[in-house]
Amino acid sequence: MAAGLDRGYAEVRSGKSRNWRWLLLCLPILYGLIFYVWPLFQVIRSSGFEIGQLAAATKTINRTVSFSLWQATLSTILTLALGLPAAYVLYCFRFPTRSTLRLLTAIPFILPTVVVAAAFNALVGSGGWLNQVWQALTGNEKPLLTLTGSLAGILLAHIFYNLTIVIRMAGPAWSSLNPRLEAAAQTLGASPWQVFHSVTLPLLRPVIVSAALLVFLFDFTSFGVILLVGGIRFSTLEVEIYRQTLSFYNLPLASLLALIQLACTLAFAALYQYFSSRPLPLVPASERKAARKPDGWQQLLRISLLILFLWIFFAGPLISLTASAFWSIGADRGERSLVNAGWTLAHFSGLVKNRNSDLFYVPPLTALMNSLKFAVLTAFASVGLGMLLVYGLPWRGKLRSVAVILLMLPLGTSAVTLGLGYILTFNKPPLAWGGGPWILPLAHTLVALPFVVRTLMPAVSSIPSFYRQSAAVLGAGSWRIFWTVDLPLIRRVLVSAFIFAFTISLGEFGATSLLYRPQYPTLPVAIFRYLSLPGAANYGQAMAMSVVMMLACAAGILIIEKSSGFLTGEGGE
Amino acid sequence: MTAEVHAPTLLRVMTHDSFAISADLVKQFETEHQAKIEFIKAGDAGAALNKALFTADNPLADVLFGVDNTFLTRALEHPLFEPYDSPALANIPPQFRLDSGNSALPVDYGDVCINYDKSYFQQVGLPIPTRFSDLTKAEYAGLLVVENPASSSPGMAFLLSTIAAYGPEGYLDFWQALRDNGVVVVNDWETAYYTNFSASSGRGPQAMVVSYGTSPAAEVIYASQPVTESPTASVVSENMCFRQVEFIGILRGTQERQLAEQFVDFMLSQPVQEDIPLQMFMFPVLSTASIPDVFVQNVQIPEQPASIDSELVERNREKWLQDWTEVMLK
Repeated sequence: MAAGLDRGYAEVRSGKSRNWRWLLLCLPILYGLIFYVWPLFQVIRSSGFEIGQLAAATKTINRTVSFSLWQATLSTILTLALGLPAAYVLYCFRFPTRSTLRLLTAIPFILPTVVVAAAFNALVGSGGWLNQVWQALTGNEKPLLTLTGSLAGILLAHIFYNLTIVIRMAGPAWSSLNPRLEAAAQTLGASPWQVFHSVTLPLLRPVIVSAALLVFLFDFTSFGVILLVGGIRFSTLEVEIYRQTLSFYNLPLASLLALIQLACTLAFAALYQYFSSRPLPLVPASERKAARKPDGWQQLLRISLLILFLWIFFAGPLISLTASAFWSIGADRGERSLVNAGWTLAHFSGLVKNRNSDLFYVPPLTALMNSLKFAVLTAFASVGLGMLLVYGLPWRGKLRSVAVILLMLPLGTSAVTLGLGYILTFNKPPLAWGGGPWILPLAHTLVALPFVVRTLMPAVSSIPSFYRQSAAVLGAGSWRIFWTVDLPLIRRVLVSAFIFAFTISLGEFGATSLLYRPQYPTLPVAIFRYLSLPGAANYGQAMAMSVVMMLACAAGILIIEKSSGFLTGEGGE
Repeated sequence: MTAEVHAPTLLRVMTHDSFAISADLVKQFETEHQAKIEFIKAGDAGAALNKALFTADNPLADVLFGVDNTFLTRALEHPLFEPYDSPALANIPPQFRLDSGNSALPVDYGDVCINYDKSYFQQVGLPIPTRFSDLTKAEYAGLLVVENPASSSPGMAFLLSTIAAYGPEGYLDFWQALRDNGVVVVNDWETAYYTNFSASSGRGPQAMVVSYGTSPAAEVIYASQPVTESPTASVVSENMCFRQVEFIGILRGTQERQLAEQFVDFMLSQPVQEDIPLQMFMFPVLSTASIPDVFVQNVQIPEQPASIDSELVERNREKWLQDWTEVMLK
């Protein structure tokens, strides 16, 4: 019966709604054309690129494409393997420190690669405390772990960075699953594994596939991690595009590689689209199962072990990073004595001093405010455009599939290429807006939009139509239906989307470094300024600035989560 | 309202990311010439030049600072700059004036040298290496970290100094020997210095790092607690350092030629030249500019730095890098 109603409703919608759909889509399409298609077209046109080069560069192309694919596949599998249990535990169970741990897993996502590398180094590097303890205990000269320069290091860094994607996408969906479906399976005698395998997993499939695609694309186009952690033996397409553009000035080859990367992205997006189409049955908050306590000692043990592991995995490097911001290694470093070393606040107080009255000195408050401003603007712009897209696109059909595939493209677009495109496009008429500060949030929105849409779309399309029909029958207008039916149902994913956009903007450095004007410094820019000069104080201040950045990120996420509760009249979680 | 007041003229100056200058000096220039300077930072030296070349038809800026001697040919060939015979050139020694056409005018110079951890060498009782071939000896095994020349400009400078020492035919054998002796290659200076170098905050495993000749002075100036002596020093033996000279030029097609000239003169003036060491950790090219004490005390200046013809670099850059990569990554 519901299906019949569904169809009837769809017919009513399609009749009068085609026009307003196009109206909703106007803005996102215009945005895409101006800030993506046109700059990219410009840069490829002026690079002097020829398809005939393909033959000459086969070796480079084969090597980089196969390595990009190989490491991204491994990274994605590992990230999912840890991320799904983590999402389940973090969203479906109630335990002490749950919200802190959730927050903690989101922080690596925003940190510049240099800082994460320094954090890992302080912990597990050859001079880090883990190796020092190991050497002291065993008398072994050889360090226990050497992660830099290895594939293992790359994979570890990718998991550390991208785990939050899986957690933030699968977690809310998991906790919003209709509990009756699982209960029904249990009643019918299914074992827990059977319930998971034949009920939960298929229901979650669209979300898992979405998360996997995003993680895969992030890993496939990985840049900073490959350069810093992997060392020089590893090169992804993105790294090669950067080298060809900025080191060799071989623009034709760079453009060719950028197009190949785009084509690969398109292929993955299409492939994944093919596999993910079933909607996810969400339920209103009142019917939702409450986060529960573990059931039995075995489950308690398993969950506790996972929580402990997550704590160590995330808190370890972040604490060692924080510690190095408060630690002065003293003057007599060579002797490794702790006599002059000690805890200090000097690195933080040093941030507010402009030594040498440098013109490009970045006051930390200015950098913080700029970063937050850009992040909030990005979040509003991308959630706004994302909602327009999600509601503007038809519920099903070819057009929707194609749009969803195309939306993934920005993630597979080389930041170097697009940055050059922006420089070409926004510095001459009719779009000579290049110097404005707003170009940064608009560029960040491009990266955030795929996340926002991928987060919102499964949720919105899975709202059962009869909810809206009932509201319509009771006399509610479209806007009122959206406000009273849709919004409460998608509140959690909306918050997730907003946080994604916020954190993406906060940590984005690729486009920022290309479009950067010294008048509008952001936190990552400030961190790099300190790290680019020798001296213990510079290192300490870079770490101090990173701590400021972590705090800003954590505070931002907390505020978004709290305020969303007020927005829809639902208390915090 | 007075008729005299007009809006300041905008001058756009593109630089590499390491450019720094005292705010007062810039303000003074702006007041004096009724100008507003907009600085555009465009990546490292190579990236900034490439961006300028890429937008040459529709220039992003009026002046470009930061092209170094290894990239000079690329800039002059295009040609990217308009010549300008600045009167300030009279006080700049000819050794720095590598472009006789005065399209690119020298501003500062510095050396890329191996820095070493003083106390490590003292404790172990190891002599400081005095020539490249020392680095392939067993007692220095695994003690040196260098940057990838394809992604780092000090890395490129160091590669060039080995090419200058061994010639385009012999340098690969030297690198093979270095590799056999456990040299560590990382992608950028930040990692080499802060993660791998034993005398930095990262307390890494390598006691020698390819860095700048002025880094020991920075270690004193930016120490966590006041120190009198740098924990690091440079190896400055004959031909072991590579000298970088950085140039400024007026970009072809500027609408503000006069103001651009004034800015070039300003960069070569005594106050700015004397500001350079503490801001950018480079040395002024102006012979009359004085150098701060902390540099005199902590920086070793090589008497005979390695040098290599800019045109030779431009013709062979890609081949050298590729050959090097083959040897080091196989």
